[in-house]
Amino acid sequence: MPESNQQLVIAVTALNAIDSPGPGVAVIRALREGLPGRVRIIGLSYETLEPGIYMHDVVDKTYQIPYPSGGTEALLTRLKYIHEKEKIQILIPNFDAELYNFIKLSPSLRSLGIETFLPTLEQLEARDKMNLFQFGEKHGLLVPRDKIIYSVNELYICAEELGYPLVVKGKFYDAIIAYTLEQAQKAFYKLSAKWGYPIIVQQFIQGTEINIAALGDGNGKAISIIPMRKLYITDKGKAWAGITLEDESLLDLARKFIEVTKWKGGFELEIMRTATGQPYIMEVNPRFPAWIYLSAAAGQNQPASLVKMALGENVLPFKNYTVGKIFIRYAWDHITDVTEFQQISALGEL
Amino acid sequence: MHLRKNIATSESGFIFNPGTGDSFSANPIAAEILTHLKEGTPPSDIKKIILDRYDVEPGILEKDWDDFNAQLKESNLLDI
Repeated sequence: MPESNQQLVIAVTALNAIDSPGPGVAVIRALREGLPGRVRIIGLSYETLEPGIYMHDVVDKTYQIPYPSGGTEALLTRLKYIHEKEKIQILIPNFDAELYNFIKLSPSLRSLGIETFLPTLEQLEARDKMNLFQFGEKHGLLVPRDKIIYSVNELYICAEELGYPLVVKGKFYDAIIAYTLEQAQKAFYKLSAKWGYPIIVQQFIQGTEINIAALGDGNGKAISIIPMRKLYITDKGKAWAGITLEDESLLDLARKFIEVTKWKGGFELEIMRTATGQPYIMEVNPRFPAWIYLSAAAGQNQPASLVKMALGENVLPFKNYTVGKIFIRYAWDHITDVTEFQQISALGEL
Repeated sequence: MHLRKNIATSESGFIFNPGTGDSFSANPIAAEILTHLKEGTPPSDIKKIILDRYDVEPGILEKDWDDFNAQLKESNLLDI
């Protein structure tokens, strides 16, 4: 780590602190709290109304970057421009959809002097929704059965094999529970229009929703694991309030995941724990969750630890955290001026 | 009737299960019973304390005790 009087420049994406929030603002909050000395945060945004852009006590300067569909060349060109001005030392991407490009670019970024701490492309693909069931079978982890489909007609077969209700999921985000064929068809059209193909149809598991935020060192060691039970869930299925749990079986599950994948970086396991206590892995998100500040509040600052590891520091696994620590999200009308909106819109930086 | 070891209770009757994140509110008598259970007092002694302190028939206490036991079990608060 740099001496406390040196400035650490960290670029962070996902500043969309909205009702289905990106993790960026929470990651920055944890970084500012957990790192010694001055931290300069460079926000990397996609859209002009991402709230983090205008929160100047959170983000020092924001630059727009091209959408993931623009490819790695366009992204690298833009990052080089930003790096020339800001001398970024570490970059933390926080969106699923952008990770592929950032992982591909990580050697080029390193040659520029920008460190990342990301999983490999193989790790990213193994936990992909479309491969998750096979992944679970291979490693002895409980994952609901699923079918990958490209046509609405295939829903008949899914229903026969998986039964109702079933869960219809988009390629990147969103899941809809369908109790009838009509509902499943409607969900299929809605999600394919939004996220493209294929659509994942998954067995419905009844239970309690638990999420686990964790950090792996890339060699099979778990640096931090924080399980959280959702206390309040929005209509988009997001946790609006949650509480840290004490449950050794959840810690073991995350440890096993890190051990078998040798996961490098932050991730989130979405768990459905059945009435008999079986923890099904519903999804693996390959980045920090939006509630990641709770890890810092509970005593294991995962974003700050990731930065230390990205800088080559040997970070020891955390041993304890506070059980019963609660987060309650809230909405706040942040006021800005049209001049700021104009600047990010026209110049792509603010 | 044994409360799980990690269950947190307070004098105000708040019960928290750190394994599930569930929390409950108990009325004053239930809170009193939980305090005794946490201290390891045997159920027979707790019942005697309740009978001495409150105006309640033994038969009614037994019925209420069974109901309370069932509620604690259903709420995953007991060691089974």
